[in-house]
Amino acid sequence: MSNAATSQFVYVTYIRTTADRLWSALTSTEFSQKYWLGARTEAEWRKGGAWRIVFPDGRLADSGEIVEFEPAKRLAIRWRNEWSPELKDEGWSLCTMEIEPAAGESVKLTVRHAIERDDSKFIGAVSGGWPQILSNLKSLLETGATILPPKYAS
Amino acid sequence: MDNDDAVFRALAEASRRQLLDLLRVRNGRTLGELRRGVDMSRQAVAKHLAVLECANLVSFLRLGREKLHFINPAPINAIAERWISKFDRGRIAALSDLKRNLEGEDDE
Repeated sequence: MSNAATSQFVYVTYIRTTADRLWSALTSTEFSQKYWLGARTEAEWRKGGAWRIVFPDGRLADSGEIVEFEPAKRLAIRWRNEWSPELKDEGWSLCTMEIEPAAGESVKLTVRHAIERDDSKFIGAVSGGWPQILSNLKSLLETGATILPPKYAS
Repeated sequence: MDNDDAVFRALAEASRRQLLDLLRVRNGRTLGELRRGVDMSRQAVAKHLAVLECANLVSFLRLGREKLHFINPAPINAIAERWISKFDRGRIAALSDLKRNLEGEDDE
């Protein structure tokens, strides 16, 4: 296998919005609460800034650092799980979100999440969450409403 | 962009569902690796992958000269939400589990 030591996925979704609006959605704590299954992302939104996901009850879900920050184009996060000892033990992953123009007044969002190990349980866990987050994000930007109720609501 | 027609057309062919199943078991394969898992010519695999890419059911990543293919569940998730989210997801999942258990299908 060409990539035996890497676990990763690449998700692509097309959203009828502008690159600037999508970028704002990806880099806003307030907005993230509306689509991140009830949790929220908090960060110093700049390259090198600390980044984290926080559950509604205040517990830390994930933590990391912004390693690439190109407004309306590219956001990359060095990302580690914090709530599960088993997943935390797998160490650092890298999540990149890339925005590109697409046909029909829409933009293409590509999310790649990778970790340098085989059969990663962490990648298994986040790969189930991302499709819902992306659906919510798309729905929110296109219609102003999310489809799924917050998963982690109290 | 309404992608549903392309998604259903892409899924209407058993060979393409087979390719998606292979990616579900192990994501991030090259065309050559996929070709070894199926009884299809390289050209046929390439053609089916192009249809799956067109429907956004397969995403890819270029690493040097290699092109790695990934299953992309976003369009199927959108379809599921359109028709299923109003109903009780838990009960539908329970029915799927029951069917899987009774029919002895392994998850992998």
